[in-house]
Amino acid sequence: MPSVARAYRYVVVATVFATAAACEREERRLNEPPLSTPGAFVPQSPLQPGPTLVADTTEGPFDDNAYGTAEGQKLFGQMNCSGCHANGGGNMGPALMDDQWIYGSTPNQIFASIAEGRPNGMPSWRYRLTNQQIWQLVAYVRSLSGLTPKGARPARDDHMMIKPAPNQTPNAKPKNAGLPGASQRP
Amino acid sequence: MHSFFHPGSPHANAVAHLWWWMFGVGGAIWIGVTLVALYAAFTRRGSGDGLVEPPAAEHRRIERVVSAATFVTILILAGFLVYDFSVGRALAAHPQRGLTIDVTGHQWWWEVTYENPDPSRRLVTANEMHVPVGEPVQFTLRAADVIHSFWAPSLDGKRDLIPGYTSSFWFTADTAGVYRGQCAEFCGLEHAKMAFYIVADPRPRFEAWLKAASQSHQAPADPTLAYGERVFLASGCATCHSISGTQAFATVGPNLSHFASRSTIAAGTLTNTSVNLTRWILNPQVVKPGVGMPAVPLDSGPLTALVAYLESLK
Repeated sequence: MPSVARAYRYVVVATVFATAAACEREERRLNEPPLSTPGAFVPQSPLQPGPTLVADTTEGPFDDNAYGTAEGQKLFGQMNCSGCHANGGGNMGPALMDDQWIYGSTPNQIFASIAEGRPNGMPSWRYRLTNQQIWQLVAYVRSLSGLTPKGARPARDDHMMIKPAPNQTPNAKPKNAGLPGASQRP
Repeated sequence: MHSFFHPGSPHANAVAHLWWWMFGVGGAIWIGVTLVALYAAFTRRGSGDGLVEPPAAEHRRIERVVSAATFVTILILAGFLVYDFSVGRALAAHPQRGLTIDVTGHQWWWEVTYENPDPSRRLVTANEMHVPVGEPVQFTLRAADVIHSFWAPSLDGKRDLIPGYTSSFWFTADTAGVYRGQCAEFCGLEHAKMAFYIVADPRPRFEAWLKAASQSHQAPADPTLAYGERVFLASGCATCHSISGTQAFATVGPNLSHFASRSTIAAGTLTNTSVNLTRWILNPQVVKPGVGMPAVPLDSGPLTALVAYLESLK
């Protein structure tokens, strides 16, 4: 029965390709040339006078990479981001796991927020972390509210958390939050 | 020295003796059994094919021999059990005095803290610890991320470092020397490159090391070294590392206060030379893939100054 054999062959080839595609998630990109910063122009607001000239990129270099995201999570703890952002839930600093974004949710905008710092407390991490590390943090921060591909997020959290597993976090639709009102400021 | 056959402490000596006894007795029994088996294989009994039932008297004799052999086996094993327990007891006896060293396992390096009742005089270093010869030294073991195991074969058996749990053990190094140790519990990508060194020195030399290692650094007078220090503080090194006497006090990576006094870089991965250090800073991911240290892209001027500064931290 040649047709069955052919179908079987297709299944094998499809499996091989699917497996190869899945490997990208786990790829440990350890020895790659230094990554660059987003460049000179990072729009912080979707508003532009006149016609839209610059479309921001939608994916960071580590967004689809589980290892890079995990390294970002490690750095998030080591650099004491939780001191203000409290594991992403928000405390002195804004929450990172919700869909509200003050300075934008694209990878470039988050990179700029981390590297340059933001008013009212966010320190500038440029010259403190390498670009690689900041991009890893970007991937982790975006994964918190489901902005990175589901397949790149872990199925189990390291901690006891009263929320679904990272790969079950619904893909959020980011909203522009603007600065908190005067009454909310410390 | 990194061999269980060269014991440098009474503990390791007791374990080595036990091992040699087991090897000797076990080997003798193995040779005996092999000879008897060979004899049985090559000796012809009876004349025809098939099994021959021995006469009743012969049967009783065989039974007695087998029973006696079983009894001797039990006796030997019981003897070793008692010997083994007594060695275990000797290792576990805790003197509750002397020097205490805190060891914390990280992926993939060892954080070493010399306890002192005065907290400001606690000494933090990494991957290389000095101990006085002939004095019991107590180790307190912790893990920061995953399970590691502390094993200096010439000094003591393995002891696991478990996250959230503090264990302790002690040994007395009775021979001066440099002993190599190694993580003995698989802990991730670079488990193999997670070594440490124990330097056993006579008391006066140990005191001298302790005094030197406890000193804070003065700002260097040499302009190149001063530039190197500025590079260290401004290029992200200080985000993870600390050097006493400077503004660098982070605890993510190994403490570099007296970096130049250590013999290796990155937990026994490279010998501590300027060339290796330059290689390490520029691209650690080639030397030890997966390590927490990122590649630091520095131009040659600042890099040379930084390496000179780090190699001046005696």
